[in-house]
Amino acid sequence: MKTENQKAWFFVLPVLLLVAFNALVPIMTVVNYSVQETFGNNVFFWQGLDWFEQILRSDRFQAALGRQFLFTFLILIIEIPLGIIIALSMPKKGMWVPVCLVLMALPMLIPWNVVGAMWNIFTLPKIGLLGYFMNDVLGVNYDMTQDPLAAWITIIVMDVWHWTSLVVLLSYAGLVSIPDAYYQAAKIDGASPWKVFRYIQLPKMKTVLTIAILLRFMDSFNIYTEPFVLTGGGPGNSTTLLSIDLVKIALGQFDLGPAAAMSLIYFAITLLVSWLFYTLMTKDDAK
Amino acid sequence: MAKITLSNLRHSYLPNPSGPVDYALKEIDLDWQDGGAYALLGPSGCGKSTLLNIISGLLVPSEGRILFDDRDVTDLPPDQRNIAQVFQFPVIYDTMTVRDNLAFPLRNRGVDQARIAARVAEIAAMLEVEEMLDTRASHLSPDNKQKISMGRGLVRDDVNVVMFDEPLTVIDPHLKWKLRSKLKELHQRVKATMIYVTHDQTEALTFADQVVVMQEGEVVQIGTPVELFERPQHTFVGHFIGSPGMNVLPAEEHGGGARFQGRHVALEGAVTGQGGTTQIGIRPEFVSLADAGLPARVRKVSDVGRHAVVEAMVGDTPVKAIIEGELPEQGAEVHLAFRPSHTRLYRDGWLSTEVEGAAQ
Repeated sequence: MKTENQKAWFFVLPVLLLVAFNALVPIMTVVNYSVQETFGNNVFFWQGLDWFEQILRSDRFQAALGRQFLFTFLILIIEIPLGIIIALSMPKKGMWVPVCLVLMALPMLIPWNVVGAMWNIFTLPKIGLLGYFMNDVLGVNYDMTQDPLAAWITIIVMDVWHWTSLVVLLSYAGLVSIPDAYYQAAKIDGASPWKVFRYIQLPKMKTVLTIAILLRFMDSFNIYTEPFVLTGGGPGNSTTLLSIDLVKIALGQFDLGPAAAMSLIYFAITLLVSWLFYTLMTKDDAK
Repeated sequence: MAKITLSNLRHSYLPNPSGPVDYALKEIDLDWQDGGAYALLGPSGCGKSTLLNIISGLLVPSEGRILFDDRDVTDLPPDQRNIAQVFQFPVIYDTMTVRDNLAFPLRNRGVDQARIAARVAEIAAMLEVEEMLDTRASHLSPDNKQKISMGRGLVRDDVNVVMFDEPLTVIDPHLKWKLRSKLKELHQRVKATMIYVTHDQTEALTFADQVVVMQEGEVVQIGTPVELFERPQHTFVGHFIGSPGMNVLPAEEHGGGARFQGRHVALEGAVTGQGGTTQIGIRPEFVSLADAGLPARVRKVSDVGRHAVVEAMVGDTPVKAIIEGELPEQGAEVHLAFRPSHTRLYRDGWLSTEVEGAAQ
């Protein structure tokens, strides 16, 4: 006879409550807002899916979404290869290993709004070190507060500076786990450095690279603090990424309904793309 | 194929070695004949892997030269020495199929397609892996992976030497035997010089025609499995090879024989040299129970199936004997007899008796 012990529920319950209050309840509130209109005083009117339709059709949302994808695409295409190259050129043993690792970890330890503020001060045309150097020493017209291209270059360089280390550290962890015998066998087999990379290093880094790409995708797709502090979404709307736009609608214009609908669409896109990435990158292993 | 000569080889992992203790390899002079099957046997840390890496070119020795057929290759990198090596853990290229794995060393050397296909087919047939040629190598079992790494070593028919660095470490016991006989068969078919590094005497003795026994960076004895068993040149060889190993007993020289625990023991022949610390060595196989002889008290009897290992105390020294048939009780008082033709004197570890007449 089997007796079932129900005590386990008491251990799970606290977690359930915690998750309910910090995730489930807030999300359901957002869902609640997304299908209603409110004029204050807690008076709500049923709106159906109107807000979703309005957001999806709006030029403003589409433009922000386009900028968001462009930003994420650019930083991924720079950070992933650059991270791998740096990891490959890092020493594998000796006294320089801890030095390199600490140097690499430093940018990631800085609070995000401080990163934004640092780069703002660094790049301002008159007072910033880089801004002054570019304009007054090199004579290149560089002003990220006026020129959209300069603003874009600045937020991308800032993100690369801030987050390439993550790719480096993950790739490096993958690289050092390769036993020496693989390199020795490759030498004996007469493999070129490219073949060593292609057939030994890359396959061994694949798992950590999948994680790196996923993390960098999600973080960059949801990025808010650094570009908000650096450019505030400007000049004009040129660096207004999705999250910045969302905050403008929700807290600037106080359009809670459309903002709630936009949040849910935003969330769905992030989830969908992450799932696609993951399925594509792990497809081979299942065979 | 080539004859390999190691001359005055020494190696230290330290930049400025000062004494013999700093050397992982101390003065090695060896000739490996073309087409021979050699085993390099010794305990962990005896320098056998160092020696192997020096031959393959992964390590450059501190001193000495390596010659392949009288051509000096000491400073050549591994890919120019034309050698193959199979490692302790199977090294395969995970993302490639078995076929591509086998073809890899040939493709890197620009061999033409038709020749590659023929060689891969030949090696696959030899290793009996034809039906897995098109599967991804990462899905294979460890023993098949190790077969593929061997295949990559054998696929080039012009290799000077194929080296195995404890290749059966990760293989299940029941498959070890299969792979070991496969290796022996391969050696007979391809006739390449093969060097097999191991700390397992069974592997070494079954694979090799000649076994090189190493200890603390030195070659202690080179010989056929029979020679190593019958006439160990050093107490280390006697003790390391055999199950259980040779009895090494403290003794003094005594009138053409030896004195052990106050009793005279006959030796195989005349004693050579003088001075030093002397011991007698006799394998448990040649110790028997007798009516008269060395009085001993049985301490332990372990039945290992075909025979039993009896450990008896002669005074304060334990002596092991392999006994078939009737076994004594633990604690029983018995007498031990040493067969004189296999009882030898060792001086400072080295054999110090001569064979009587032409008996050996």
